[in-house]
Amino acid sequence: MDAPAVIAALGPLVPGAAYEAGASADFATIYVSPDRLVDTARALRDTPSLRFTALVEVTAADYFPRDPRFEVVYHLLSIPNRLRLRLKVRAGDSDPVPTVQGVWPSAGWLEREVWDMFGIVFDGHPDLRRLLMPEDWEGHPQRKDYPVQIRKPAQTYEPLEISEEEFKANLERDRQRRVAR
Amino acid sequence: MPGLRTETMTVNMGPQHPSTHGVLRLVLELDGEVVRSLRPTIGYLHTGIEKTAEQKKWQQVVPLVERMDYLAAQSNSLAFVLSVETLLGLEMPQRVKDIRVLITELQRIASHLIWLGTHALEIGAVSMLFYAIRERELIMNINELVAGFRFFPSYFRVGGLREDLPRGFHEAVNAFLDRFPAKIDEFEGLLSKNDIFMRRTQGVGVISADDALAWGLVGPIARGCGVDYDVRKYFPYCGYETYDFDVPTEREGDVYARYRVRMRELRESVKICRQAIARIPPSGAWACDDPRVVPPPKDKVYTEMEALIQHFLIYSQGFTVPAGDAYVPVEGPRGEHGVYIVSDGTNRPWRIKMRAPSLFAIQALPAIVQGGLIADVVAVIGSTDVVMGDCDR
Repeated sequence: MDAPAVIAALGPLVPGAAYEAGASADFATIYVSPDRLVDTARALRDTPSLRFTALVEVTAADYFPRDPRFEVVYHLLSIPNRLRLRLKVRAGDSDPVPTVQGVWPSAGWLEREVWDMFGIVFDGHPDLRRLLMPEDWEGHPQRKDYPVQIRKPAQTYEPLEISEEEFKANLERDRQRRVAR
Repeated sequence: MPGLRTETMTVNMGPQHPSTHGVLRLVLELDGEVVRSLRPTIGYLHTGIEKTAEQKKWQQVVPLVERMDYLAAQSNSLAFVLSVETLLGLEMPQRVKDIRVLITELQRIASHLIWLGTHALEIGAVSMLFYAIRERELIMNINELVAGFRFFPSYFRVGGLREDLPRGFHEAVNAFLDRFPAKIDEFEGLLSKNDIFMRRTQGVGVISADDALAWGLVGPIARGCGVDYDVRKYFPYCGYETYDFDVPTEREGDVYARYRVRMRELRESVKICRQAIARIPPSGAWACDDPRVVPPPKDKVYTEMEALIQHFLIYSQGFTVPAGDAYVPVEGPRGEHGVYIVSDGTNRPWRIKMRAPSLFAIQALPAIVQGGLIADVVAVIGSTDVVMGDCDR
């Protein structure tokens, strides 16, 4: 089933939604607008000719400096129909995307990871916290304008027992001893 | 009794608990022995591999993705090279496909052996770990023979393999395949009818087929509750459609069913390996002949100018991949491993994302163990076969 066929099947089920077929090298890709995402997801899951019962991946890609910069990508799997589908939603820097957790519970952590890595807000998500990075981390590392190499001082709950200067001095002292030996 | 007051107790399990398979932290709310709620915390092994990969050339990403799921290194790299080859439109020679099938099936056996050893160890069958590791050592030796590296061989490359198979490869694989089926019988003899093992696993950690799919648990966990989905059958890659093998399923959906599924998968993998090794001729093509990706043979580099230039370009600039995106799934030992890649048409990936089956398993953990006993938490974690390097990436 290619993208136009999926769009034709979805058309009557989600009135008022505008779909767009995307280019792809492997399987069908369709773009959907954020406001019709949840209705589309429910139709994709429940329609017998589609039956995308499993959401296998949610991720995003940052196309900075393009506007809107983000694409949130959902990979769907239909076991009874042996189909895969890629669903894409475009999102700007501060545009929220509705959560699809009500349709597929597996979206919960995946959307948390997208928030963590890209800073895309999922509207209606009950527990939108960081998943992989520490809770007090600043910034969203997978954004293209996030630096690759950063230096961060060690974070501890107690003061460090040895300062960085002392540590370096100790290393130097050990090196001198080795040289002298 | 009047005036008797009960309250729940919050217990922290991990991140250094020996049975959490790495660094997974669970916050359990207990009512006596019963688990009322469970909150997993992950991220302790996050190393930012996906961000690092964006700074590397395409070929340099292969060793990086192997370090995600460290027990199934070559499933990761197979998914990655297949997705890049999809964008490049490359078709591999039959021999390369068969070698890839053979190596990844051996990898599946090695990964399942670690699962078997640790899972049985945690339930109390301590000696299983030694028996399982002993057999896995033979597969590590085969890896070393092939690539000089036991854990992360990086043998698969975009465009084929790194080099041809070494001398003695067929003998080593055949010796392992002759020895191993009797060992599976031995393992099953120790566990399958073991009263303690059965009591610890039967009826424990039950999940229904609908729930498994809703939580995205495609793989051995879903096959343990009757879903016969296997990427190798549904969306064949590397010529799996030409191999004769079955997809084992069980109906119960409990820890014991997942154990049965994986034990039968070991036998199916041996079956596939036997067919593959019989098909692989001792010498032949080990890469496709696309000059964009595969460097020319060394004797031509020394004698022909064009070959020298091409060799230099591939090793200095790398190759470019047409703009676009692709997601290629493979059946890894823990379920569907997939890599989503985005290319902007340059020699470095714009974005790569690994679908981590362990992440889904840990996400579904509260749904599986809630209402069960605390001792069953260990059995359930073992049966989901999570690898934290895969989960946190």
